[in-house]
Amino acid sequence: MTRMSDLELELKSVRYRRAILKYIKRANAGHTGGSLSCVDILNVLYNRILRVSPETFYSPHRDRYIHSKGHSVEALYVVLADRGFFPESELETLCKYRSPFIGHPTRKVPGIEMNTGALGHGLSISVGMAIGGKMDKASYRVFTLLGDGELAEGSNWEAAMAAAHYKLDNLMAIVDKNRLQITGPTSVVMNIDPLADKFNAFGWTVREVDGHSITDLNRVLSMPPKPGVPTVVIAHTVKGKGLSFMEGDPKWHHGVPNDEQYQQAMQELEQQEREILAKMAFLEKPLETQCNHQE
Amino acid sequence: MSAPAPSVFSELAQQYIHRLGLVPGIPNLDAYSRTLIDLAGKDPRIVVVTSDSRGSGKLTPFGETFPDRHIEVGIAEQNLVGIAAGLAAVGKKPFATSPSSFLRARAVEQIKNDVCYSDVPVVLVGISAGVSYGALGSTHHSLHDIALLRAISNITIIVPADNVETEKAVRAAAQAEHPVFLRFGKAPMYTLHSENVDFEPGRATRIRDGNDIAFIATGEVVVHCLLAAAYLEEYGVKARVVSMHTIKPLDIDEILDAGKSCRAVITVEEHSVHGGLGEAVAAVLLQAGICVPFYIVGIPDEETVTGSQADIFRHYGLTMESLAEKALLLLGESVGILPHRVGSK
Repeated sequence: MTRMSDLELELKSVRYRRAILKYIKRANAGHTGGSLSCVDILNVLYNRILRVSPETFYSPHRDRYIHSKGHSVEALYVVLADRGFFPESELETLCKYRSPFIGHPTRKVPGIEMNTGALGHGLSISVGMAIGGKMDKASYRVFTLLGDGELAEGSNWEAAMAAAHYKLDNLMAIVDKNRLQITGPTSVVMNIDPLADKFNAFGWTVREVDGHSITDLNRVLSMPPKPGVPTVVIAHTVKGKGLSFMEGDPKWHHGVPNDEQYQQAMQELEQQEREILAKMAFLEKPLETQCNHQE
Repeated sequence: MSAPAPSVFSELAQQYIHRLGLVPGIPNLDAYSRTLIDLAGKDPRIVVVTSDSRGSGKLTPFGETFPDRHIEVGIAEQNLVGIAAGLAAVGKKPFATSPSSFLRARAVEQIKNDVCYSDVPVVLVGISAGVSYGALGSTHHSLHDIALLRAISNITIIVPADNVETEKAVRAAAQAEHPVFLRFGKAPMYTLHSENVDFEPGRATRIRDGNDIAFIATGEVVVHCLLAAAYLEEYGVKARVVSMHTIKPLDIDEILDAGKSCRAVITVEEHSVHGGLGEAVAAVLLQAGICVPFYIVGIPDEETVTGSQADIFRHYGLTMESLAEKALLLLGESVGILPHRVGSK
C-alpha cells in the first residue's frame, strides 16, 4: 500500500473518531475509551483485510468478524456504516427505545455476525466458525477482537487451547491491549502479562503491533498465517486515543463528554484532520515540487 | 459379585408392567445415539461436540462412523457451547452433548448469549440428567437444568419419556431452526408409545385417559405415573396420564383440559420442585382461574439424598405406590384401600 492510501485511512480514522463521539454524545451513553482504542484496528480490518461487504454479507464464503469486546460497539457501528452496511443516519437512534443499535453488537444490525457483549465468548465462537471452515475446506477466515481486560475470563483460554489443538490457521485473534479496564490499569486489577508468552505457550503465532499505526497494522494483519497455527496480534493501544484529555484515563471507559469537552474533542479532531489533509495535498504534488518545497 | 441394585419397580409394580404389556427398551441415551447416526448419514450438516463425554453420551459409535464430524473440546463446557454456536453460525447442525449438570450450569451464559440470544440452531443435549448419577452426589445431580433454561427465551426444552419420544425428539431437533435442549437419563426405559404415535414438540401426549385425577409428568418418571394410574383404576379411581415431553413451549390446552376435566392434578418430575414442570403447570391453571387440588411431586429443596436413581426415586416418592397414595390423598380418599398399605402395617 502506498503512503497515500494509508493517509486516506488515517483520515477515515479521524472521521470515525468524530462520529463515535457524536453518537455517544447524542445517546448520552457509550463506551468511549475502548471505541477510540480499537477504531484504527477496525478501520484496517474493514477497509483492507476482511473479505466482506454489504453485498457479500450473506455469502457462506465471506470472512467472519466477531466483536468479542462487545462494549466498544460504537466504533464498529461507525465503521460498518462507512462501509455501507446501513446508512449512518440510523445511528441517530443509538440506545433509543427499540433501536437495533444498542450498547452491544446484535445480529439485528446488518454486518454483525453474532450477539456479543458478555466477555469471554467471542474466541470460542470464532473457534467454532474456524473449525466449521476447516471441515468444509472453505476459504474464509475468522477474525475476532478481544480486550486485554476480557482475557481474565477463563473461557478464552479454553478456546485458545482448542484453536491450537485444531490447527486453526484460518483464525486470527486481535487483542486491543489498551492496558485499562473499568476499575483501573489491567496490571493492577488482574495482570495479564506476559501476554505474548501466554499465547506462545498455548501454541499460537504471536505478533505485536502499534494498534494506532495504519501502516503497521496493515503490514501485520496482512501477514500470511503460519500453516497449522492460529495467530494472535497483540495491538498496543491507548484507551481514549486521539483526544488529549481522554488518553490513558480509565474514567473514560464509559464516560460521556460534557458540552465543553465535546467542543474541545471536535477541535482536536479538526486539527488532526487538517494535518492529514495537508500531508495528502503535499503528496499529491509532482515529485520535483515536493523536493523544491523541502529545500 | 455384588447383588444387582434393587429395581425402582417393586414386585407389585412389575405385576402392573406385565398387565399393561409394557416392553422394556434401551436407555434414552442409546436411542439418541442410534437415531443421530441414522440422521447424520442423510444430513451432512450434523456434527457432534463433546467435552470428554463421548463415552457417557454413548457417542463412541458416532465418532467411529463419522470421525470428521465429531469435535472433542476436552473438559471445557463453556468452550463446548461457544464452539457449537460458532459451528451453527456457519451452517452446521451441532449436537453439543455433555452431562446435563455441567452443560446447563457451567455454560449457562454461553447458552443464553451465544446460542439463544444469537439464535443459532444448536441442539444442547444434557445427558445423565436428573439423578442418573445418583450416588455421585450433588455435583453430578442435575435437578435445576429445567428451571435455568425455562427462564431463558428462545429455546425448546424436551424431556422424552421413552425411546419412541426420544427418537422423534431427536429427529425434530435435527430439523429445528432455533435452539433446542434435549434431556436424557441413562436408565433403560419401558416403551410407552407405539412407533406411529403422533409426536410434535409443544404438544403433550395423553397416554391414558381418566377424569378423576390427572398425572402430568415429564421424562423418566412418566412410566411410574402410568403404573399408578393402572393401580388406582382397580380401586375405582380413573387417572389420566399426560407425558409433557415439551416443557417449553408448554402445551397449555392439555393442562387446561386436565384442570377442567379432572378433580385434581399432580405433576411429577425428576427435578427440583422449584422452577420445573410443576410450577409451570400451576401458573397455567391459576392464571386461567382453575383451582383444583394440586400437588407437585419432585425433588424437594434440600441436600438430595444419594444412592442409585432407584433409591432416590423411592426416597422422594417417585414410585407407583407413592404416586397412587398422593392421588388418593388429593382426592380426599383413604389410602387404606391400596393393598400395599395393608402389607406395610
